[in-house]
Amino acid sequence: MAETINMPKLGFDMAEGTLVRWVKQVGENINKGDVLAEIETDKATVEVESPAGGVVLQLIVNQGDVVPVNAPIAVVGVAGEVVSEQSSVSSKKVDVVSPSKVESQKSADEKPAPQTQVTPAAVPSTVSTPQASSIVHGQSPEIKASPLAKKIARDNNINLAQLQGTGPGGRVVRKDVELVISDKSSVSSKQSTRPITNYQLQGTPDDETVQLTKLRQAIARRMTESKTSVPHFYVSHEYNMGAVMAMRKQVNEYLPDNEKLSVNDFIVKAVALALREFPNLNATFAGDKVVRHGAVNVGVAVAVTGGLLTVVNKNTDQMPLRQISADVKQKVARARDGKVKPDDIEGSTFSISNLGMYDVENFIAIVNPPEAAILAVGSARQVPVVENGEIKVGWRMKATVSVDHRVSDGAEAAQFMQSLAKYLETPALMLV
Amino acid sequence: MAKITMREAISQALMEEMDRDPAVFIMGEEVGVWGGTYAVTKGFYDKYGADRVKDTPIAENAIVGAAIGAAMVGQRPIAELMTINFAFSAMDYIVNQAPKLHYMFGGQFTVPLVIRAVGGGGRQLGATHSQTPDAIFAHFPGLKVVSPGTPEDAKGLLKSAIRSNDPILFIEHATMYQVRGEVPEGEYLIPIGKSKVQRAGKDLTIVTYCKGLELSMKAADELSKEGIEAEIVDLRTLRPLDMEPVLESFKKTNRAIVVEEGWKSYGVGSEIVSRMYEEAFDYIDAPILRVAQKEVPLPYNRALEQAALPQVPDIIAAAKEVLR
Repeated sequence: MAETINMPKLGFDMAEGTLVRWVKQVGENINKGDVLAEIETDKATVEVESPAGGVVLQLIVNQGDVVPVNAPIAVVGVAGEVVSEQSSVSSKKVDVVSPSKVESQKSADEKPAPQTQVTPAAVPSTVSTPQASSIVHGQSPEIKASPLAKKIARDNNINLAQLQGTGPGGRVVRKDVELVISDKSSVSSKQSTRPITNYQLQGTPDDETVQLTKLRQAIARRMTESKTSVPHFYVSHEYNMGAVMAMRKQVNEYLPDNEKLSVNDFIVKAVALALREFPNLNATFAGDKVVRHGAVNVGVAVAVTGGLLTVVNKNTDQMPLRQISADVKQKVARARDGKVKPDDIEGSTFSISNLGMYDVENFIAIVNPPEAAILAVGSARQVPVVENGEIKVGWRMKATVSVDHRVSDGAEAAQFMQSLAKYLETPALMLV
Repeated sequence: MAKITMREAISQALMEEMDRDPAVFIMGEEVGVWGGTYAVTKGFYDKYGADRVKDTPIAENAIVGAAIGAAMVGQRPIAELMTINFAFSAMDYIVNQAPKLHYMFGGQFTVPLVIRAVGGGGRQLGATHSQTPDAIFAHFPGLKVVSPGTPEDAKGLLKSAIRSNDPILFIEHATMYQVRGEVPEGEYLIPIGKSKVQRAGKDLTIVTYCKGLELSMKAADELSKEGIEAEIVDLRTLRPLDMEPVLESFKKTNRAIVVEEGWKSYGVGSEIVSRMYEEAFDYIDAPILRVAQKEVPLPYNRALEQAALPQVPDIIAAAKEVLR
């Protein structure tokens, strides 16, 4: 029985999605859970899984179409089933397939083919397009690369899309990837040793125009919207991280390598507990009211190729540290691999952007709508500190919260930062 | 080490084993008085007599069938098939009886049988006498299939085959009896079911066996002149198949071709390539190609026969193709 598949709603602020690519074509078999299409929301490109198994009977929208949430996009059913305009659920006729019908609907907005030209013999060749089989994995369907090249690229965090393949037909092969890796490592060493006296102007490279990726466009749109419509204010605080560093060291001695806690894991947990005390910062501004979210879902910004994504840990305030750590690790890995799931990036109520790994003292982030606040975290560093009139070596970390002034004010934000200090400086509180 | 021909190596193996174990005997067409179609058993009749070197009628099913019976009651027969093409007349015994008796009778019987068979084309013997149907026999569990490419391996493997308690099809190549190679002094055995790197290299892996080894070694020499170093893995045994040296080499070179004399479709190369896809997918940097016989019954005409068989230039071309 035919089942109509609709544009999914992947977040409470999602109104429409762009159908980027059909992974399955009309006539192809599909299992429940197979990827049917890729759609793009404001935040990322995600895969739509088929909720039913059978044969793809009809693709209602075209690649590139912007489709409202819940509007039908495809019909899946039994081979030979007749589909009407959308899905005729009651149809039981099996004799007349609708290859001609399906075909003509598929190309409805191209030139409609005369019905008489669609002979049964022509059906098999129309139902499976060659591209359909070649797109299953890898970073991007259009990139031709050997399995080995893909593996090396994956292991070294290299985006195949940026490589020029030298194999047959432009296939990216091992040496293409290795060239990039050796370039990367040789650039830094060469630059430091190049004698300054030999400097000669070699000519200036031309300006380069780079087309924005969809992700970049989405970031541009959302950040402009945030910075122009959300009145930001900022509060900074310096945290004594000695206790967290000591506890982390102690705990990690008993954890396997792939489960060791990061400093960020502690921050995520501490923020969630502080938010529980300050529900106004775990909120969304909505015109004449503020929605204070029941769940504390902490988003963690992740740098990915060509932009960033925010992966979300749900119910962070209630979740044990180890579980938070594992959950975030898993989602970050998927985000970096371009295999993020809708659930990974939707539903955050507060975000953390941590540039600590880049030796950053302090920075300021832009609020990630529809959230009310975001915390920008610098590096935890060993610095001279004054304790009881003596200079000692201590761990310090600076962080700045950016807040939507329509929702909250400086005093509340400052108290939130103090509450955060309570958890970070007495981390045992996170365990009780 | 002495340099001897493939014929001498096989002959030595047979003689050493017959001297060692009185249960070993030979039966087949023209093996006795005539000394063997390819003169492998020359002098055996005079040395061991008609009881241990038995001439038979032209009836392959009778040769293999009788040999199976002898093996079941404790003898160690070596049945010779003048060409492997005649094995089809004895197909039921070779694939349906010998490999299954031990299994179907709860281990009561073993079948310590060696079937020596001469395969391959290139001697203008026509379509029915020039085939390389190795893959067909390697399809059946219970039957070991050995096919050496050097005199050293031929001698060591044949001696192991004669001492084995399993039925073994030992395939020799009709054009390789004059191939010379170094053979260790004294007695030695080479275990069945072990592939071997016959030539070290770093740029691509050539997987091959038997006649394919001879051709691939020549191709590798040519490629070497152009700076391409091929590593050659010789399967030596088709069943049980030892993929370990193949995969080890491929994980280093990431590019490979498979060379065999049989037809490409459903052939040895198909099996090897499938295994590489299954077991080394992440190491593939280019499609793995097969070099094999053209898909026609082998022509009698010499020029056409040579054109249909895989040749050194075909191997060189395939090697360059996978290195593109």
